[in-house]
Amino acid sequence: MLALSNVDAGYGTFQALFDCTLEVKAGEAVAVIGPNGAGKTTLMRVISGLIPARGGRMDMEGRDLVATPPHRIVELGIAHVPEHRRLFPRMSVEDNLRMGAFVPSARAAYARRLDFVYDLFPRMKERRHQLAGTLSGGEQQMCAIGRALMSEPKLLLLDEPSAGLAPVIVQRIFELVRVIREQGLTVLIVEQNVQQVLRVVDRAYVLEAGSIRMSGSAEELAASDDIRRLYMGL
Amino acid sequence: MGKIDTRVWLVVIAATLFACLAYVPAIIREGDLGFAVSDVFLYEAMINGLLLGGVLALLSLGLNLIFGVVDVVWICYAEIVMLGMYGIYYLHSVYGVPLLLAMPAGILLTALIGYAVHHLVIRHLLDSAPINQLLATGGLLFFFQSVATLAFGIDFRNLGVSLGSFPLTEDIYISWSRLAAFIVAAGCVIFLYLFLTRTFMGTAIRAISQDREIMTLMGAAQGRLYLISSAIGGGLAGLAACLLVLQYDVHPFVGLSFGPITFMICVLGGLGNMVGGFIAAFILSELIALGGYHFDLEWGYVFAFAFFIAMMFVRPEGIMGRRS
Repeated sequence: MLALSNVDAGYGTFQALFDCTLEVKAGEAVAVIGPNGAGKTTLMRVISGLIPARGGRMDMEGRDLVATPPHRIVELGIAHVPEHRRLFPRMSVEDNLRMGAFVPSARAAYARRLDFVYDLFPRMKERRHQLAGTLSGGEQQMCAIGRALMSEPKLLLLDEPSAGLAPVIVQRIFELVRVIREQGLTVLIVEQNVQQVLRVVDRAYVLEAGSIRMSGSAEELAASDDIRRLYMGL
Repeated sequence: MGKIDTRVWLVVIAATLFACLAYVPAIIREGDLGFAVSDVFLYEAMINGLLLGGVLALLSLGLNLIFGVVDVVWICYAEIVMLGMYGIYYLHSVYGVPLLLAMPAGILLTALIGYAVHHLVIRHLLDSAPINQLLATGGLLFFFQSVATLAFGIDFRNLGVSLGSFPLTEDIYISWSRLAAFIVAAGCVIFLYLFLTRTFMGTAIRAISQDREIMTLMGAAQGRLYLISSAIGGGLAGLAACLLVLQYDVHPFVGLSFGPITFMICVLGGLGNMVGGFIAAFILSELIALGGYHFDLEWGYVFAFAFFIAMMFVRPEGIMGRRS
């Protein structure tokens, strides 16, 4: 579904990604793990067009992402749940969800998508008139995921969904990833919480200092001594 | 909820100030509260303040809309109103276009000017330092004034249309053009509110003022939203021009008589905060009207500016602004 080959990217004179090659097949859940500052968030931002790729190729279902303007990428079926959730804090939950359906194709299906998201997250329906900035951390994450789902994406990019949440809530967020997969979505997830994320994905890539160092099935990586030592503290 | 309480208190304090400003001078002058309370001219001044507030609210709304979305203050905003007034004046008085056609044409003209200002100037300065953006829109102010002087001369012109006035009570007369201005401005405020809260585009305009980057992820082209907001802001200036051209003479510097007060309103209300601007418009217009009634019109402005300066110490972020 999504294929990156030899992608370079950076900010100003700083290069954050070197020669990244990565693939996500339809129906898969794939994680990108790695230490702080490895370029994980940059990778997500390059895919959704917030940062231009400086070299390499990116395709979504055979369509060239590099040549697509950033605001058209969501129309190709990619929805990005950004780091820190980035809700519109002074708008209601429902207005946030409405913005998720901003593209014309999703606008036409707005009522249906809203029901879908409310079925998935009944809590969001209860809180629909509340300002998004006043939700708890876990609820904000639900709202951010709900907002992304409003565009009826094929591929969901999740950037650090567990960051800053209490352990109990983290558990629930990872359960959500499972629920989302059951809806037939393909998921690419960036996480620091390696141990937990490897339980919900099929495969993972290890990103270090802007380069992909390792990849493999979730079981392989969870069993790898290096991964256990470096990322799980075992 | 603490913040909302502060706002309520501020409104209460403002209302008390009005009451003092309204009655105390009359009591001192006449030594009699009864006279002050039954002073019809005072009520006429209050009503005129309210009516003036409507147009000022409309102007501040346009400026706030553009600022909220694009994050650039259009110093030249009142000059766009001036160009709109000239547009309507020329269409109606010189070319004989009926007023009811000339006015929509004036709104269209200013919407196009708003669009052009963003497309030709602001768009290229979005990443510049704020001071450069201010200098650019300030430069446009002089540019528009000079163009108007060259093209139309410095004569004061007026439509020569008088809608007259009608008696509200036996003693209080209300000018039709002011009442019409208030009603249209109020209607427009409601319309804009519904647009911003009920439609996808309006919600997107509010959303982009809260997080620019994320609206791109939602599939909105930033530049397009900016252009739409600039055109709407320009159109609101045109609507204000329609209302003002009925009451005031047009000349190249007419913008200066309500430009500064519009900025004060926006800052007093909290820059970019439309509800705050709306409230501030009425506070300042009442101050001007009541100060003007008790002393001179100029004193009304002195009171309004003094109140503004005092408020900048008390609440620098504006009545409804958020502390950053």
